[in-house]
Amino acid sequence: MLVPTVVLSGIGLLSGLGLALAARAFAVETDPRQDRITEALPGANCGGCGYAGCGDFAGAVVRGDAKPDGCPVCDQETRRLVASIVGLTVQDRAPQVALILCQGGDDVAAKKYRYNGLASCASAALLGGGDKACGAGCLGLGDCQRACAFGAVEMTPSGVARIIPARCTACGQCVAACPKDLIKLVPAEATIHVLCSNHDRGPAAKKACAVACLGCKKCEKSFAEDPRIKVADFLAYIDYEHAPDDPALAALCPTGSLVYRGAAAPAAERTSS
Amino acid sequence: MKFSGGVHPAYHKDTAGLQIEAMPLLHRYVVPIAQHLGAPGKVLVAKGDRVARWQPLSEPVGFVSVPVHAPTSGTVKQVAALPHPLGRPMLAVEIESDGEDRPWEGLAPLGDWRSLDPAALRRAIQAAGVVGLGGATFPTHVKLSPPAEKKVDLLVINGAECEPYLTADHRVMLEQAAEVMEGVGLMMRVLGVPRACVGIESNKPDALAALRRACPADVAAEFVLLETKYPQGSEKHLIYALCGRRVPPGGLPMDVGCVVQNVGTAVACLEAVRDGLPMTERVATVTGAAINVPHNLRVRVGAPLLDVLAHCGGVTPDVGKVIFGGPMMGIGQFDMDVPLIKGTSGVLCLRDDEAVLYEGGPCIRCGACVDACPMGLVPSAMGLIAERFRFEELGDWHVLDCIECGSCAYVCPSRRPLVQHFKRGKAEWRDILEERRAKTERDAKRAETAATA
Ligand code: SF4
Ligand code: SF4
Ligand code: SF4
Repeated sequence: MLVPTVVLSGIGLLSGLGLALAARAFAVETDPRQDRITEALPGANCGGCGYAGCGDFAGAVVRGDAKPDGCPVCDQETRRLVASIVGLTVQDRAPQVALILCQGGDDVAAKKYRYNGLASCASAALLGGGDKACGAGCLGLGDCQRACAFGAVEMTPSGVARIIPARCTACGQCVAACPKDLIKLVPAEATIHVLCSNHDRGPAAKKACAVACLGCKKCEKSFAEDPRIKVADFLAYIDYEHAPDDPALAALCPTGSLVYRGAAAPAAERTSS
Repeated sequence: MKFSGGVHPAYHKDTAGLQIEAMPLLHRYVVPIAQHLGAPGKVLVAKGDRVARWQPLSEPVGFVSVPVHAPTSGTVKQVAALPHPLGRPMLAVEIESDGEDRPWEGLAPLGDWRSLDPAALRRAIQAAGVVGLGGATFPTHVKLSPPAEKKVDLLVINGAECEPYLTADHRVMLEQAAEVMEGVGLMMRVLGVPRACVGIESNKPDALAALRRACPADVAAEFVLLETKYPQGSEKHLIYALCGRRVPPGGLPMDVGCVVQNVGTAVACLEAVRDGLPMTERVATVTGAAINVPHNLRVRVGAPLLDVLAHCGGVTPDVGKVIFGGPMMGIGQFDMDVPLIKGTSGVLCLRDDEAVLYEGGPCIRCGACVDACPMGLVPSAMGLIAERFRFEELGDWHVLDCIECGSCAYVCPSRRPLVQHFKRGKAEWRDILEERRAKTERDAKRAETAATA
């Protein structure tokens, strides 16, 4: 009993010693600033910065390849801290939230064929842009949901994706994942949105989807001058630089593609905090 | 020689006995500008213009580009993004015909190809907008211009027509045998090759006999009856079956000294040179259990699908799916207003009970797909990887060698949508390769600036 115990412990001790020595001898020099930045970052490894995780991004900041405010997830304070570690300063940035510019679920939007392939939007989009009659619409197969590291995307019962604003960190992974280019990052304090991406003329848009923007300009015309909602190419868009904040505006829209998501809206629908 | 893999689907060549019939003139044609692989041409006409039959509607931009031409005389109704058989709306010229079918005055017949030099022949073929009629629609003049360092010594003529249902090539070989063989001679002259080899599947011995009989004495062509097996008409497999040469992965037929052309393309080249006629029509098979009167139709490019179906007696009430091309590689259509284009070899109308939508199940590792794949790939493994979105691993399995023939999906007892996985997988893997290339370039540039600094 004694001999094997001694031999085994001996082997253990020797290997341990060897490893310790090797760690000394072959130590890789890392810039201590990289470790400090990694420490400061959220550690979600979401990839929103475009690098393979927080450590990789930190290295890129130290090398000067990435901007210190390149992490879209962390708050302003953290950005400032990261910048100060490498001796830089950053501009303040308004918080953002992702928004899916489509509400065309199966209850309101028509389909042009039956799709039964892989449950992935990018695969469906290869077949004539997907099964939605609307060429722009959400395919509801959840590529954005899979891409989100924060669980901030849910699927509505009628099969459109929806962002849960309280969880969204505006990392932008869903924006990149959506093959239909439906997701935008918008200022978190904006309250009025056009939740449609269809550029077809009114009748065609209406045929494809009951909640499509028709390009009727009712919203645009409600402003005497300097409209903050404009219609271009049969689709309304919000001028988020000077975003309007008036719950009454949404009521003007005949199809409901113009929505109010501010403080006066039901809690579940609110996008602004 | 026989290639390994492949499948034997039910052939359904029911229209093989039907003579080619010319489709009557229609009121309206929609001619997409992009009907070939390569850069779409530049549009030459505008709304309101009067055009004549065979008049160019676009001009090529660059070498890998061909023009399209007016299928009849009439007025340009609009130039806009209109439904296209590939699924997304694309730029097209809509023509309302005036019923006169007045020919264009600018046609330039060159006469006998035997007295013309290859460069002039090539120019005429490009100007006529000739593309490969086998389905891939690659501009023919490009295929007929192999770079000097590739020694091409054999013209392979594809008369396999291995897709079930389609009989358009078969009818062309029977009814236009002399023109096919003249066209073969013409293409041999362009390429400067001493011989041609015509491959035909064993279910069409009459076509082989007709071509052999029609072959002029000065065209050195060999005729080979091939095993009837799908995908015998794939370029790589045809070449292997005819002369035992193997096109390397990622390579082209010209890497092994071959150029492959379809029989219909041979006729188009001849007409382009002899008569100066642009490619404004093709032969297409309209068939399937859900069409009332099947046809082999000579149809003008741009004819709307609805009109073509109506000419064939319309579809039956139980129609479930309409496909452009054959059942193995064709593209299902959801908009009956799409036009037939240069690449449309057939219109297949399936009944609802034939076009079953199977729910794909899990892979049971039976290996049937591995046996069926004519490219020697492992579809089961690639399918599992693609299904899990691990596209970066697909390169190790040579996904880019997949010819999307559908043999694997055809035999899969679990009805897995394998080809769809691979179409997506190929696109994703190409993106990954492109990203890697861009990154290497960036890194190299950075190293350079660091070195100079
Ligand atoms: S928003 Fe885009 S990625 Fe998300 S489910 Fe809809 S189509 Fe798919
Ligand atoms: S589709 Fe691709 S993987 Fe499937 S059998 Fe054909 S070549 Fe092989
Ligand atoms: S044939 Fe289908 S079930 Fe069988 S190994 Fe291939 S993918 Fe799996």
